[in-house]
Amino acid sequence: MSFFIETLVGGLLAGVMYSLVVIGFVLVFKASGVFNFAQGSMVLCAALTFVTLRDKGIDFWLAALITLAVMVLIAIAVERVVLRPLVNRPQITLFMATLGVSFVIEGLAQIVMGASVHELDLGIVDTPIEIGGVQVSQFDLVAAGTAGILVVALSIFFNRTRVGIALRAIADDPQAALSIGIRLQTLWQIVWGVAGFVSLVAGLLWGARQGVQFALTLVVLKALPVLIIGGFTSITGAIVGGLIVGAGDSLAEIYLGSLLGGSVSTWFSYVLAVAFLLVRPAGLFGEAPIERI
Amino acid sequence: MSAIGTETIEGFGPSGVTAQSTRDRLRAGSVGVLLAALASIPLVANDYWLNAVLIPFLIMSLTALGLNLLMGYAGQASLGSGGFMSVGAYATYNLLLRLPELPLPVSLLLGGIISGLVGVVAGLPSLRIKGFYLVASTLATQFLLEWLFNQYGWFSNYSTSSSISAPRLAFLGHDLSSPAGRYLLTLATVVVVTAVAARLVRSQTGRTWMAIRDMDTAASVIGIPVSAGKLKAFFVSSLVIGIAGALWAFAYLGTVDARSFNLDRSFQIMFAIIIGGMGSIRGNFLGAAFMIFLPIQLDHLGSGVFGGAVDPGQLENFQKALFGALIVWFLIKEPRGLAALLSRAWTQLVSRINR
Repeated sequence: MSFFIETLVGGLLAGVMYSLVVIGFVLVFKASGVFNFAQGSMVLCAALTFVTLRDKGIDFWLAALITLAVMVLIAIAVERVVLRPLVNRPQITLFMATLGVSFVIEGLAQIVMGASVHELDLGIVDTPIEIGGVQVSQFDLVAAGTAGILVVALSIFFNRTRVGIALRAIADDPQAALSIGIRLQTLWQIVWGVAGFVSLVAGLLWGARQGVQFALTLVVLKALPVLIIGGFTSITGAIVGGLIVGAGDSLAEIYLGSLLGGSVSTWFSYVLAVAFLLVRPAGLFGEAPIERI
Repeated sequence: MSAIGTETIEGFGPSGVTAQSTRDRLRAGSVGVLLAALASIPLVANDYWLNAVLIPFLIMSLTALGLNLLMGYAGQASLGSGGFMSVGAYATYNLLLRLPELPLPVSLLLGGIISGLVGVVAGLPSLRIKGFYLVASTLATQFLLEWLFNQYGWFSNYSTSSSISAPRLAFLGHDLSSPAGRYLLTLATVVVVTAVAARLVRSQTGRTWMAIRDMDTAASVIGIPVSAGKLKAFFVSSLVIGIAGALWAFAYLGTVDARSFNLDRSFQIMFAIIIGGMGSIRGNFLGAAFMIFLPIQLDHLGSGVFGGAVDPGQLENFQKALFGALIVWFLIKEPRGLAALLSRAWTQLVSRINR
């Protein structure tokens, strides 16, 4: 039983790491209805920029600040060059465009900063500690805490600030929002910038976890089922979806994997997500009705 | 592409008929010349050209054709193409291995049909969801299939290495394992499948697909069987992709290897049809040519002009960024791809000559 609980807790905490990435998706989707496939490469780009700056001996906070500036610049460029000309085109076209953007970011980031694996040390000790007889990774706890802070900060941003309320208006009804003088394009840039910030946080934690390398972009593929299960428009959904996928993956790996011969976690979350799509297409917390036939 | 629309309208008037038939005869003639040229290529081209350029180009065109039927004509986006290629490859491998008395074309076709049936199952979610939700569910197929072929040894005849060598290719007593033989096998398959597909998209089925793509609600209101049409599109598309997968394994790589049918392959195929032109038969060949020739050209440029001073990893990154930028450019400027660009250039050229 304690083995079961340990697996479950480990999975849940791993799931929070996915949620960190998914929050970035939700932000962009809420504001512009775009499934931003480039979020994964933004995570890589942020982590790579940060590590490169750190390797040059730049102070931690200054490096974080410069990286944030780079991410915001990328966000503005994407909005200007890619999204603006594609306004009013089908969602699937926008999705494919972000696929192209992700290739550009990955290619350019690795041309400028190299493709070798970098160590990233955030000064968090990763020794397991025991809570109530269950071994828990300290690093995972820090990640979970960070995700929690991020969620609280973002909900304050969305519910209390002028910009946040304008963003919710756009998410609700773009036409009406435009008619009362909300600047759609500026707000898109802001929201992509915030998504850049989220990918910086995710990039740092993921980079510290598995080294800053190309494989970081693959978290986007893990994030998609989380997004479907939690719902595309809900930050709460991102967290809950992350927990479900994390727990489901590690439990399936142990219990289903032994039946089928292992490595079921490559597809388990996707099958779970498809099941959700068929039963509850808007996800657990999603509000916007997705197009159904 | 535009010819599909004008055909029926021009067909009513007498002058339209003659113009149409002249154009058809011209088109048939040029296709014939092209085929003769393609079939006689082995006489002049060396093995490098056949192995590294022409064979992968033809097979890539075939996969693009398969995905285009589904995505460009029926409007159902998919990122499972790599998975369907692997189904075709492993199915054909097992047919050749376990039923050696079947002639090669039959094994190829059966492998394609098996892949098509898998495609129908993978397409079932399309009855309820669409857009990139469907992309997510085809990703599930991709990952599940990749895992399946890695996990269970039966598919690869319990080979100890992850790649298995392809059985000998022969048809009617002719050995097809030389580069020229494999090229001709590929060419013949591509020509036959393309001809069938080109007829298919102009038939009732193709029109059903386009109606579903353009507006599924309207299509179902006027009595078009939307669900059956979608599943048929998944079947035909996966069948074509499956045949292409078998050719990729046997005629190009010479080995069946699940790793060559991964998600990157699915992306590559999708990029080929975006660049070449969605909803166009010609576009598949243009897009595939682009995807195969550009990397080779970049390699030459890297080693020739810069004298090998450019790191191959850097070149790959550059290529990646370039492809990404091209995708975005085409989506913004010309969503119908190279096929539309070329036909526009052709029309301009003709009108300038006529003036």
